[in-house]
Amino acid sequence: MRKEEVPQDSCLLDGQREICYAVDASGHYVLAPTAGWEPSNIANIQAWEVIRDELEATSAAVRAGRQSPLAYHMVRNQMDVALLADYVSLWRWQVRRHLRPEIFARLKPALLQRYADLFQISVAALQRLPEVLDLPQLGVEAPLPTDKDS
Amino acid sequence: MKIDFAHHQSAHCESGVSSNLLLHGGLPISEAMAFGLGSGLFFAYVPFFKINHLPLITFRNAPGSIFKNVTKRLGVKISREKFRSPAKAKATLDGLLDRGIPVGAQTGAYWLPYFPPALRFHFNMHNLVVCGREGDDYLISDPVFPDLVTCAAGDFEKARFAKGALAPKGKIYYIRTMPAAIDLPLAAQKAIRDVCRAMLKTPIPYAGIRGMHLLAKHLEAWPAKHGPRVAAVHLGHMIRMQEEIGTGGAGFRFVYAAFLQELAEQLGRPELQQYSLRMTAIGDRWRDFAVSGARVCKGRGGTDDSYASLAARLRDCAEVERELYRDLLEMI
Repeated sequence: MRKEEVPQDSCLLDGQREICYAVDASGHYVLAPTAGWEPSNIANIQAWEVIRDELEATSAAVRAGRQSPLAYHMVRNQMDVALLADYVSLWRWQVRRHLRPEIFARLKPALLQRYADLFQISVAALQRLPEVLDLPQLGVEAPLPTDKDS
Repeated sequence: MKIDFAHHQSAHCESGVSSNLLLHGGLPISEAMAFGLGSGLFFAYVPFFKINHLPLITFRNAPGSIFKNVTKRLGVKISREKFRSPAKAKATLDGLLDRGIPVGAQTGAYWLPYFPPALRFHFNMHNLVVCGREGDDYLISDPVFPDLVTCAAGDFEKARFAKGALAPKGKIYYIRTMPAAIDLPLAAQKAIRDVCRAMLKTPIPYAGIRGMHLLAKHLEAWPAKHGPRVAAVHLGHMIRMQEEIGTGGAGFRFVYAAFLQELAEQLGRPELQQYSLRMTAIGDRWRDFAVSGARVCKGRGGTDDSYASLAARLRDCAEVERELYRDLLEMI
């Protein structure tokens, strides 16, 4: 890649720059700052869309009373039952039970606090769904790919 | 308390950490050099080892081995430690900092508050250098960020004891003694040989060139096997592994080309410059692959044709790489 071709498609980095390697006019490698690259942005946005879809399905299940709010926070933190159980030092079957609304409603304050600490939220926030999905805002105004190169 | 530590932003976390630590020890080793001497370049596709339901695809060697290799080959003595108890992990780290020793640490990126939200995934192989402590905050030289950052002790403990695949377990590492002299030609020869052999001769079908061919075969089958949506997610995953933060572009191929170029100059072996050029061309091929791949991803599914042509491109990359490693192995 040539230095003048280093992409500057900002989207994910919050205005920061990362380093990429490119050759200058004399053929020497230099460290060139880049704001991001479209193909990589597309792949990343797609990864977030997968999380968003799962989160939407989960919040619908919580609203319908099929799952406890814990399920929402678990998915929001990109965890599954195995990872969450590992973090709070419980068995998987215990976490799986806590995903049931009637059992979650009876949990002791100390255990709720453990979950809340992990997710860095209050116990009150742990017990309900947020108003809107609190996912990171991606700078999706980045231009999407065109067929300029094949 | 702040150690006088020169922070240089780099493309990749572990090679950046290695370079910065060696520089602090008085050895001017660039990031590309650390990456190359650490035999960082690799490829593996392990379809049954899943992270977040997606197969392991990597363009570099195992976490921790760049630092291990580069220090071993340059005769630098290091210490590495893992912990069970967070309290003991903190005490050891603080003790080292008090003695003025900058400490490398493996962390889970998800818990580092200074990471842009869009990049906070459960990724447990993020390396950084702790170079000071101010009250309850650690001063951190995170090589993929332009400047020093701070991180509260509580958050940092969470990051050091992140759980899940390849959990860091509080791992730290630091330099004990620097060598009186280094043998760069020998170190480079060993490092290059290591990469070529790993790419060409690893006797399992998941690693090196064979891994690329296996991935190409599976990639072709993704749409039929998983349906368009999940196939696109798999493809996106591959592109992220190749391009997202830390690879310097094209799955480390450009960093390696920079290493070969620097070596050509330092050792006065102009023939290595030719290999650098070839590696750059290979990197450009991978970039083209990512461009086409992203287009298929965006088309949400695409046609089977596009996956087949991507597989062909991948096989192409594999074959040019094979030739390069063969020639390089013979020459070195």
